[in-house]
Amino acid sequence: MELRKENKVLKGVLVTISFLFLGIFLILPLIYILVTAFRYGISEYINAVTDEYAVKAAMLTLEATLFAVVINTVFGIAAAWLITKYAFKGKKLLSTFIDLPVTVSPIIAGLIYVLTFGRQSFLYPILDSYGIQIIFAVPGIVLATIFVTFPFISRELIPVLTAQGSDEEEAAALMGAGTFHIFRKVTFPHIKWALLYGVVLCTARAMGEFGAVSVLSGHLRGKTNTLPLYIELLYQGYDFTGAFAASSILVVLAVVVLILRLVIEKKGKKELDLNK
Amino acid sequence: MKKVITLGLVLTLAASVVTGCGKSSSAKENEGSSSNGVIELTNVSYDPTRELYASYNELFAKHYEEEFGQKVEITQSHGGSGKQALEVANGLEADVVTLALEGDVQVVADAGLIDDGFTSEFDVDSSPYTSTIVFLVRSGNPKEIYDWDDLIRSDVGVITPNPKTSGGAMWNYLAAWYYFEQQGQSEDEILESIKQLYANVVVLDSGARGATTSFVENKQGDVLIAWENEAFLSLQEYPGEYEIVVPSVSILCQPTVAVVDEVAEKHGTTDAATEYLSYLYSDEAQEIEAQNYYRPSTKAIYDKYVSADTSNTITEVPADGKWINDNISLTDINHFGGWAQARADHFADGANFDSIYEQ
Amino acid sequence: MKKRRSVIPGFGISLGITITILSLVVLIPLCSLVVFSAKLSFSEFVYTVTRPRVLSGYFVSISTAFIASLINVVMGLILAFVLVRYDFKGKRFIDGIIELPFALPTAVAGISLTHLTTTNGWVGSLFYNLFGIKIAYTRIGITIALIFIGIPFVVRSVQPVLEKIDIQYEEAAFILGADSKTTFFKVIFPEILPAIISGFTLAFARSIGEYGSVVFIAGNTPYETEIAPLLIMSELQEYDYSAATSIALVMLAIAVVILSVNAIVQSIVSRRVNGLA
Repeated sequence: MELRKENKVLKGVLVTISFLFLGIFLILPLIYILVTAFRYGISEYINAVTDEYAVKAAMLTLEATLFAVVINTVFGIAAAWLITKYAFKGKKLLSTFIDLPVTVSPIIAGLIYVLTFGRQSFLYPILDSYGIQIIFAVPGIVLATIFVTFPFISRELIPVLTAQGSDEEEAAALMGAGTFHIFRKVTFPHIKWALLYGVVLCTARAMGEFGAVSVLSGHLRGKTNTLPLYIELLYQGYDFTGAFAASSILVVLAVVVLILRLVIEKKGKKELDLNK
Repeated sequence: MKKVITLGLVLTLAASVVTGCGKSSSAKENEGSSSNGVIELTNVSYDPTRELYASYNELFAKHYEEEFGQKVEITQSHGGSGKQALEVANGLEADVVTLALEGDVQVVADAGLIDDGFTSEFDVDSSPYTSTIVFLVRSGNPKEIYDWDDLIRSDVGVITPNPKTSGGAMWNYLAAWYYFEQQGQSEDEILESIKQLYANVVVLDSGARGATTSFVENKQGDVLIAWENEAFLSLQEYPGEYEIVVPSVSILCQPTVAVVDEVAEKHGTTDAATEYLSYLYSDEAQEIEAQNYYRPSTKAIYDKYVSADTSNTITEVPADGKWINDNISLTDINHFGGWAQARADHFADGANFDSIYEQ
Repeated sequence: MKKRRSVIPGFGISLGITITILSLVVLIPLCSLVVFSAKLSFSEFVYTVTRPRVLSGYFVSISTAFIASLINVVMGLILAFVLVRYDFKGKRFIDGIIELPFALPTAVAGISLTHLTTTNGWVGSLFYNLFGIKIAYTRIGITIALIFIGIPFVVRSVQPVLEKIDIQYEEAAFILGADSKTTFFKVIFPEILPAIISGFTLAFARSIGEYGSVVFIAGNTPYETEIAPLLIMSELQEYDYSAATSIALVMLAIAVVILSVNAIVQSIVSRRVNGLA
């Protein structure tokens, strides 16, 4: 009896704190964005989001996000598998390096690619002779996006794989199954949901990246301006309505991704229950 | 066997990354060339010129098609002048640069991309339009700010960007310096005055546009030290909320334009790029520049826009469009020994600007 | 188990992929940082990275990041606890929006937080008129932007661990006479401590380097609200690559140290927990 009562008070307090905190820190800025986006009515809003450059910027953002998610998924699975299934020297160092990009300032992330592929780099003449341009072009934006979301997927997979252990894979291997077969039939079902969650995180973060991309994009309107850069451009052009309208595209995209995750997760749980 | 598979996979992966890069950039290359009848030019410019070049690019495309029978598409890039210069020097493929100051174009030249003598390639030091530095205050000028010495009063909050990161802010700083110099102050006294001025700075934004936003949208400070064209734009966007105060002395800001020779040659766009910049001096273009509140370099057009009203407070954009206030004494960068000297004296690491923040 | 070769095939291929992508995306580019800062002599390097202005930049970045991350630990813990233990209306919604700070461009976050917290903003005017506190353009503003950036890290580190703790432990503790405070600190807390530390570390390290959101709200006054990443930007504006890369290198070193400390703490804590169990 007493247990319940105390919990209720505590619950009330904690839930209220949670709502207040998120309300102020996350919801209020969102409301502000939407209010400003619709400040001059819905038609202004529609004009702003269907602007030729806004659409181009959104497409570029999606393209970079897609590349980043695919490459990071391949990497994340390989790295998580490597770290959890085998014992080898330098493993700790490897996982530190994998985590490093999250903690590197976006400015530095952009800077290192400028230094590596820019005109002052020894690589530049080689790339230039093949007509390959990396920074101030789409590949640079893709690289920067991969960098800032680098460990997102492997970090989700590693704990799951660690918890699960390697017994099943070892059994399968002893029975003569090959790598891909083991992965598909044994490992993948366990990591499905963690992988999905990692992909969601990676997608969300990739769409919103600003700092690193800003350093190496060149801001070519309609060519290398991603949505976040386009927003900054409008904002600096006193077009606050346009800027916040474009931001709302990102907010909507983010919400869609997050809802998608909830839906798939629900389905996954059902599937698990059925199997039981 | 295992090793072979591993190697193969790694190679395919690396190859796919490289071809992915190659593909998008070679596509870009094609766009740059003039083979398909459309010439593509990239103009890397600084922040406040967005509106100007949006209008000018339309005018120029029309002119070029009429004159040479070819379509031109111009891609714009805007940002802080110094940052833009650096990006071009780093390989951002601009056919032309139109930056806030000669010193920034010099950076591109130093990288070996622009041939020497770019300041004499076009008329009047390759500056088709100029501007100056004025004050923007809130309507009614409640803090009674009329000249530079009002900015060092303790009750005044100043907004100006950081000269370390903004071209416009260097002009602001130099104009203030010139004023105190004209007051007969010694170098130490000038430094002290500048120190007081920057002690009054409420927000030291990283760029001119950011500073304007802090002042206009976020209502910080009492006075914004601004480009003249930015100040007029604010009057136009927010009628009745702001006034321009023209100080007794200021500085002639000469934004510099140049063809980025190496890139233009590579793209085969040298002629079009040169035409793009020289057409900035045409009467039609000069009109557009004046309408965007840049001071045109052609005397006849300049005179056309000179206001009869010589009062130092401008409360609204003149209805007849004659906005140029001629009642101001302007110095220029030569007074400071040119950009290289000015940078070394004032803005380099440990130079004057740094010293005023030393504790 | 130790040192035994794993029977699972695929070591070569996963090592190959991991090392290739890691080198292309992270290691080789990071090397250019070292190469460029190596253009300075050692004493020049030391001078560059220890100028008073630069030191104050580190201090502003680190102190605000530290405070923000502490606040995030407390709030993140509460949020994770509420999400795992309680059922209430709007729970789904809260769970869904935790990642919002990841998805919102940092610049947009910075702009809207600045507008909200200036002395004329919705929140800022309240604080200014009631308490005379300015938020935007002060270190408080920077801290707020960093709280926004860092909160998902803590919640998402703690939440999964909390989910795994069997509620029976707590009930047992409670029945044995422990009050809820004791239960929390003696039973739950030790279990989630590693996750808290790792959430804190990530949020902290990420906040130190944050630029996009902070640059709008900071005011950027030297010695007051000038953050270290902005100094890198201003060195770049002066075309001083060696100085910019030197400061960047110091920040990178700080990030590596923070991550390594986390790795060490994690292994100590997990050893202790395992030892107890």
